[in-house]
Amino acid sequence: MNTVAVSTVLDDVAVGRTVRRLAHEIIEFHDGVDNIVLVGIQTGGAMLTSLLVVEIEKIEATNIPWGTLDITLHRDDLGLEIPPVTLAGSNLPDIDGRIVVLIDDVLFTGRSVRAALDAINHLGRPEAVRLAVLVDRGHRELPIRADIVGKNIPTSFGDKVQVTYDDQIGSSVVLLRQEMINDGT
Amino acid sequence: MAPNDSDKPIDSMIGPNAEGALGAVSQDVIWNHDHVLDLDDFSFEEIESVISLAGKMREVLDRRIARAPILRGFTVINLFFEPSTRTRASFELAGKVLGADVISVSANTSSVVKGESLIDTVKTLSAMTADAIVMRHEMSGAPYLASRYTRASVINAGDGSHAHPTQALLDIYTLKQRLGDLKNKKIVMVGDIAHSRVARSGMWGFSAMGAKVVLCGPPTLLPSGFSVNERPAHARSALPDVDIETDIDVAIKDADVVMALRLQKERQQGGLLPSLHEYSRLYQVTSERLSKAKSNHILMHPGPKNEGIEIGGDVASGSNSTIEEQVTNGVAVRMALLYLIAQKNRGRIN
Repeated sequence: MNTVAVSTVLDDVAVGRTVRRLAHEIIEFHDGVDNIVLVGIQTGGAMLTSLLVVEIEKIEATNIPWGTLDITLHRDDLGLEIPPVTLAGSNLPDIDGRIVVLIDDVLFTGRSVRAALDAINHLGRPEAVRLAVLVDRGHRELPIRADIVGKNIPTSFGDKVQVTYDDQIGSSVVLLRQEMINDGT
Repeated sequence: MAPNDSDKPIDSMIGPNAEGALGAVSQDVIWNHDHVLDLDDFSFEEIESVISLAGKMREVLDRRIARAPILRGFTVINLFFEPSTRTRASFELAGKVLGADVISVSANTSSVVKGESLIDTVKTLSAMTADAIVMRHEMSGAPYLASRYTRASVINAGDGSHAHPTQALLDIYTLKQRLGDLKNKKIVMVGDIAHSRVARSGMWGFSAMGAKVVLCGPPTLLPSGFSVNERPAHARSALPDVDIETDIDVAIKDADVVMALRLQKERQQGGLLPSLHEYSRLYQVTSERLSKAKSNHILMHPGPKNEGIEIGGDVASGSNSTIEEQVTNGVAVRMALLYLIAQKNRGRIN
């Protein structure tokens, strides 16, 4: 019989620390925040983006344009997985000529990022698109990599990496769910 | 926010607005339909689901490149036995924006001319693995018959005088954008009620949303039995509760919404009207008459309109008119419907 082991990879203190570092790296990477727009992939990336916006605005003492992007209608995995019927919707500021920092919580196969790039392509022509993620768990199926990574977590393909968000206190935790094969002893 | 200017309000223009920015309002979709034939079997929650999705589709439609190919491999066939500009173009566009394959068949250039029956035509299109058949027909009930002979989902794009559910849904969407909520709003539909499928589907839809519906027109164009009191006992609940009024000035008083209906000249051979001139004098929606409605009233028309007959040209293009908005919203609503039907067919809604 198989059992599921759940371990906490990053607790809320560690996530807070990582988010602050991501904020610094995003600023450093772009020599400031002059021309950047943060775009969070619905829904996990959007939650993360709202945390990053707070940190970046604290550091740079300026408001930063940001938005959310729903990629459901651009997914390529119809018939494989079950995408949500409900749409969270997109809400973006103008991205023309700006540097879009695409943000997601977990980078896995790269298919979500591919879908997001398609959607962005239909919304305008940014000067460049960067990718920042909280967790990179490997197993890419497309030639996509993140420019800024919070934490690399080695996983098996079948593992699940889950980022939970608490709206009330604005904290989050990264959990790793692993199916353990019990040898019966 | 920076600590040194924390008293400065957050610039709401640069971040997502509070409403659903993080998907907080993404409530569950309620949807139980294989076909969309009329709104008489739609619940409040189902209509809300369509309208909420239509809002998200509208955002896609407003993108520079309006293309979100979730319906790749999904085939929509428009089967139109009656003329149409906006409904047909609207369904074609809705399907194409979502990446579906859309083809349009007009009855007058099809094998219908050679005598092929409706059932055979539908079976033929179904055998081409159509996923959805969008159908307009001059006979009331034709889409219901068609739906029994195909595995495809049938969407009624107008059947005779009976129903036009997608029009009612786009009207509800347009009104919700302007008013927020339809509860207890007075909606007056004026004109050729007897021949109007828009009025019949509108009655169901507006009533389900909690609005108060008033039907107004000359007695010869008001079907008997619409008023609750005139209905036989067994048919009391066959139609929603609506008010009937033959005097347009009384009907329009304090209305939140006035919808002018097209006088269907092609269905006026029965001598129901003494003359078009008399009709327009007594029932045309004019700026003078609209002054009796609420000052922030909304003027709708499902189109195509006969300016100078059922509606004055000045009010049709005035600031209270939503006629063009209705057309754009129609594409978004039809995108939402095709999406829901596809998800249901793919087994994603139980």
